[in-house]
Amino acid sequence: MNAPLAPSLSFPAVVLWLALLVPLLLGLLAWRFPPRRMLPVLLAGTPLPLATFWLLHRVSAGGELVGVWSLGELQLHWRLNGLAGLLLLLTQLLLLASATYAVGYWRATVLPERAFAGFWPLLGGLAAALGVIWVAADLLTLYAALELMGLTAVGMMLLPGKGAALVAGMRYLIYALVGSLAWLLGVALLLGASGRLDLAGLAATTEPGPVTGIAMAMLAAGLLLKAAIFPLHGWLVPVHASAWTPVSALHGALVVKASFFILMQLWQRLVPEGVAAAWLLGLLGSLAVLWGGLQAWRANELKKVVAWSTVGQLGYLMLAFPLLAGTSAAVATLAWQATWLQLAGHALAKAAMFMAAGNLLLAAGESRITDLAGTSRRLPLPLMTFGLAAVTLMGLPPSAGFTAKWLLLQAAILAGQWLWVAVLVVGSLLTAAYVFRVFRCAFVEAAPRHEVRSLPAGMDLIALLLSLSALGLGLAAEWPLALLRGGGMP
Amino acid sequence: MSGGLLLLATLCTSLFAAVMIFLLPERAFRARTGLNLGAALIKLSLVAWMVWGLSRGGEYSLEFPVLEGLAFALRADPLGIMFAGLSSLLWLFTTVYAIGYLEDSPNRKRFFGFFSLCVASTLGISLAGNLFTFLIFYELLTLSTYPLVVHRGTSQALAAGRVYLRFTLTAGLVLMIGMVALHALAGDIRFGEREILAGLSPDHRPLLVGLFWGLIAGFGVKAALVPLHGWLPRAMVAPAPVSALLHAVAVVKAGAFGIVRLVYDVYGIELSAELGLLTGLVVVAAVTILYGSLRALAQRELKPLLAYSTVSQVAYIVLGIGLGGPLGTIAAFSHLLHQGLMKATLFFCAGNYAEELGIHRIDGLDGAGRRMPLTSLAFTVGALGMIGLPPVVGFFSKWYLGTGAIQAGMPWVIAVLVASSLLSAVYFLPILGRLWFRPGPDHGVGEWPEERRLGRLETHPWLLVPVVATALFSLMAGMLAGVPFSPLEWATRVVNTEYLP
Repeated sequence: MNAPLAPSLSFPAVVLWLALLVPLLLGLLAWRFPPRRMLPVLLAGTPLPLATFWLLHRVSAGGELVGVWSLGELQLHWRLNGLAGLLLLLTQLLLLASATYAVGYWRATVLPERAFAGFWPLLGGLAAALGVIWVAADLLTLYAALELMGLTAVGMMLLPGKGAALVAGMRYLIYALVGSLAWLLGVALLLGASGRLDLAGLAATTEPGPVTGIAMAMLAAGLLLKAAIFPLHGWLVPVHASAWTPVSALHGALVVKASFFILMQLWQRLVPEGVAAAWLLGLLGSLAVLWGGLQAWRANELKKVVAWSTVGQLGYLMLAFPLLAGTSAAVATLAWQATWLQLAGHALAKAAMFMAAGNLLLAAGESRITDLAGTSRRLPLPLMTFGLAAVTLMGLPPSAGFTAKWLLLQAAILAGQWLWVAVLVVGSLLTAAYVFRVFRCAFVEAAPRHEVRSLPAGMDLIALLLSLSALGLGLAAEWPLALLRGGGMP
Repeated sequence: MSGGLLLLATLCTSLFAAVMIFLLPERAFRARTGLNLGAALIKLSLVAWMVWGLSRGGEYSLEFPVLEGLAFALRADPLGIMFAGLSSLLWLFTTVYAIGYLEDSPNRKRFFGFFSLCVASTLGISLAGNLFTFLIFYELLTLSTYPLVVHRGTSQALAAGRVYLRFTLTAGLVLMIGMVALHALAGDIRFGEREILAGLSPDHRPLLVGLFWGLIAGFGVKAALVPLHGWLPRAMVAPAPVSALLHAVAVVKAGAFGIVRLVYDVYGIELSAELGLLTGLVVVAAVTILYGSLRALAQRELKPLLAYSTVSQVAYIVLGIGLGGPLGTIAAFSHLLHQGLMKATLFFCAGNYAEELGIHRIDGLDGAGRRMPLTSLAFTVGALGMIGLPPVVGFFSKWYLGTGAIQAGMPWVIAVLVASSLLSAVYFLPILGRLWFRPGPDHGVGEWPEERRLGRLETHPWLLVPVVATALFSLMAGMLAGVPFSPLEWATRVVNTEYLP
């Protein structure tokens, strides 16, 4: 991004791009000098969310920031509205939490020195890619960021360097490349049809027709593959089960959501009235909820339970499409808020859950659920964290998941789309089934006594903070939702 | 202190206690006990302060928006503070009892942490100002009681926990859908804004009836209305203080209280009568009363007998609501308190027999009155109250229910009451006979299953004091029923000031 600066360069814009690109520098720095303690990482990262917080304040007071970078012929558009700002804030907080957790993880397990050093530039790259995805407003920038995100994610998955992780990581790479191919084809079609790539221009010039339809289908297929939406979720579970805990946490919380975010942006601009296709997406989401829930219920390893639960929870997000397409403004507003609240709540809770599960496994030295017997006595804190994160996933109060479910139910009832009410009910019950299956094992008292290892206190604390913030977001939802209503809805 | 802060302080007392208990190490017995009792006493005095303030016309409310057009609202109204008073009072005794009961057993930190959380949720339920807030605490109650139900970690306890969750979580979802639908229909209804639903156009009437029964089904699971009561007898595997909590203080009461709120504060008694909902409630309650009594008759163990007796007794509250008139309402509100006092006493007694003598079965109680006179006296008070004999409080509930039935023009309800009283006499009186008149080990016949001699008195003092205290409260609430701030007087005041049509 060392392009000639646009004349409209303002102070907030500088702050924004610094917030987006500084993680790259920090990552490179940490590659050279891998951190040995949690505190420096925490201190180095903290200014970033603060900067975003300030930007959000600006946005809520003065409307969205927009801008263009000119690279010769190319024009790269970006904008920062309430939604993008909130997602940026969420991303920075989660990245900071994972980075700090990773230091503890390195101390608690014996990770190869080189692999651990390699984690940091990849993390920086992922941070930059995600940030750019939230603010990008043209298909070219989005493509570049999406590729960067995919490659850094694959790189992080390969870090363990062992059999299962390598196989799963390579499979993920192939899926990601196929997804990119579909995406490129879609972009090419759109470019040929309208000659523009910026989102606002596309929304203005594109007309419904076979070309738009096919292009959107290609784009959607690529993104659904990257977002691991049923039935294209095959790559997700092995990857999550074999990757390092901080990596699975980030991936389940953010990376899959980025593709969903892009899909939503495009859908709203290109085919907002495509009711039939939107229902198809909603149905896919419903199947994801059911299938993910069932598989999580059947899984025997704790990390697989968490990974399958991601497949199921992503399905809830897809319910937004039918509730936004061709419905009244009241329903659309409700569904819009519900979706992003659900996304944020799930991101926080899923990261917390992965970390809590990782802590349980590390401390107990076991990976199967049935081996967790008696952990409620020996490892109360990670188990409690797991439970608190699960409260959000089950949509029980007080949590972001609950408030989002309330909004989603309200939207579905107002729109008269009762199918989604049934999906929400079944999904919640399935989630409770697999969560409490873990607890039933943990509460067994007649267990042989294992020695448990002690972990750095920070690892438990970070997970606990994340799960508590997922709960708190449920009651403090008005502030982010007001920002969402203020801007960001197409 | 301003009203909102006082409310928040009351709620946070138990929350804070819960967090602190989780932070303390398992072996910190003294600190935990101090924290438990301190929090219980502080909360009781804060609630008493609010009762005093309310009786002098004070206002306590607090709210902030959670969503557009939906608020998290806490408000202390006379009805809510009545329930809060009951739960705070019984929490104190249950805490004392639990400390004695769980002495030297493992996982006490977890137990008392969730115990405090459970009481915080109950207080939240009683002080909730709208359905949304109510639901938050109602579900929190489900979550915080689960670890208590499965506390022992045996396969039986875990199976009971599974049944408990199946019932309560499904009911929670039904409630949530009903509340969201009501919200979509009429907006955020604060408790007491009865005119909102009454003012809807007649086209919505069928929908309102459907929503009402949906919500009743949701509340009915916790209130253990037949046929949704299946979890309650099974949850008997939990430790005795938990049973007291489930049956007397928190869970079952939360369900009954939810029905009270729904009928009196959301729909309003007039609209409910107009829609023909009250007759349905009376029928459901009558069936539950008779079914619970009959099943109690067939039990051979003490705790399941008490569980089925709860099923039937809680339905008295619903019956009183269904009768509708002022007398029925007074009966419903006061029985909410009376049943709590009596049932807590009975469960404490059952726990004492089990702890001190190892008795679980009814036929093992022969002659226990001589060995444990105070516990047995307390049991007698509780049992006579359940049957409805004066001067124990149970009598007043039945009296008002009977007169309420005549007032409501449903004299057949009296037959139900008589039948249920006879049935409870048939299952309680033989127990009293065994306690006092049959010869037992202390008379030289047979021996106790597992005698432990926990204290210099008949049992451990921490176990004895709560039993005697709740029994005394049950007696006094009956004998001093006309004195200000007695449950009956407060219930009458609530009805006269708030709910008279």
